[in-house]
Amino acid sequence: MKPRVVMDGKGIERALARIAHEILERNKGTEDLVILGIPTRGYHLAIRLQRKIEEIEGVRVPTGSVDATLYRDDIGLKETQPLKKMEIPISIDGKVVVMVDDVLYTGRTIRAAMNALMDFGRAFCIQLAVLVDRGHRELPIKADYVGKNIPTSRREGVKVHLEEVDGTNEVIVIQEDEDASP
Amino acid sequence: MLDRKDILGIEELGRDEIETILSTAASFKEVSTREIKKVPTLRGKTVINLFYEPSTRTRTSFEIAAKRMSADAINISVSASSIKKGETLKDTALNLEAMAPDCIVVRHGSAGTPRMLAGYLDCSVINAGDGAHEHPSQALLDIFTVKERLGRIEGLHVVIVGDIAHSRVARSNIHGFTKMGARVTVCGPPTMIPPGIESLGCSVTHEMEGAVEDADVIMMLRIQLERQTKALFPSIREYSRLYGLDAGKLKRAKEGVIILHPGPINRGVEISPEVADGPWSLILDQVTNGVAVRMALFYLLLGGARE
Repeated sequence: MKPRVVMDGKGIERALARIAHEILERNKGTEDLVILGIPTRGYHLAIRLQRKIEEIEGVRVPTGSVDATLYRDDIGLKETQPLKKMEIPISIDGKVVVMVDDVLYTGRTIRAAMNALMDFGRAFCIQLAVLVDRGHRELPIKADYVGKNIPTSRREGVKVHLEEVDGTNEVIVIQEDEDASP
Repeated sequence: MLDRKDILGIEELGRDEIETILSTAASFKEVSTREIKKVPTLRGKTVINLFYEPSTRTRTSFEIAAKRMSADAINISVSASSIKKGETLKDTALNLEAMAPDCIVVRHGSAGTPRMLAGYLDCSVINAGDGAHEHPSQALLDIFTVKERLGRIEGLHVVIVGDIAHSRVARSNIHGFTKMGARVTVCGPPTMIPPGIESLGCSVTHEMEGAVEDADVIMMLRIQLERQTKALFPSIREYSRLYGLDAGKLKRAKEGVIILHPGPINRGVEISPEVADGPWSLILDQVTNGVAVRMALFYLLLGGARE
């Protein structure tokens, strides 16, 4: 079966623009905001959100990345994972941290990323923004900002492609069984 | 990422494996800069430091690295163990393994000991120095430190000065730096240069001034007074005059040269205080980086599924 495109580049941009507005509306501006993306694609989405917020409010919100790898609950169950960028630009004590990821699925990555954040300080609150929520949560975790809800079966895979990493902007749904890539 | 159970020497590592260790160590360096210098990654894992030779720096470094990964670290030193009661190395190791450690870090005076243990044991073994053979984690942290400061290893000229014959640090570094594309020259009095060392891919000189002039990195080795069974040089003063690194000899070096020393330093013997404490010295960076490199080794050996 051919991959099904569920969001194109324009769709991604519109969703991010809406999320940027929602973040500002919910938090009444940019004060105390910190945006932290989960690498690899969550980090690039975080940078895009930072730009959109700057276009709207004229403020450059501190933005960085939070790598959940060392906090995962499947360490030792699969092969050793490469570490990614950990870059917390300012102290998160008392801040409103918006974590950003591309796809929300089981919720386990978000749990690990939150534990990582706790080691860096005590945020006033943590909010979650995702481009795609595909369901099938295994932990009690819910996103505050969702680009698009995409109902899927567990046998399907959702891939977000971003210009910065993949050269194209799109979200596709593939049958995992037929996915030849490793 | 690293498809092996043990780290026994640099000789058996490929360049890609060394690159993997270096890039992983770069990530772990960040952990030691946090207020909470600990990640939960190796919770429930046990690391045993089995040291048959005295060591402060290396043992402490492995211990801190294990603890920052949340592994439990146990230190066994020769004077406080059954080794004194006549237990053989193999029996000690099998007894330790019966307590289900995940990794044994071993230092021993005889070359090949870690390899022998690795053959008996199912757990990972890391060589923390075996005789005059190898000290892989030291070479990895040296390469890491040079790369961090100079941005590359490829094309550099590394001069290692001192007792090459007795030095596992020299041997591991010759393997490591040449694999990474650097040129290595060893320098010392003829009594301290083992015949045939060129076969490891380095060149040899007995004249320090010339070697220093052409170096990007100068690695000074400790004169191992405790290992000197026969006189390899007439006097410490003479050695220091000919092969000790002081400000006078360093004047002839290239601008931006960096100085490494595996420690502990003999001030005024192989290195003068003004050089050891000077801006070109990366001796303390080496110690800091040693923890990150050892965290990386633990992660790469213990952080994945075991077949």
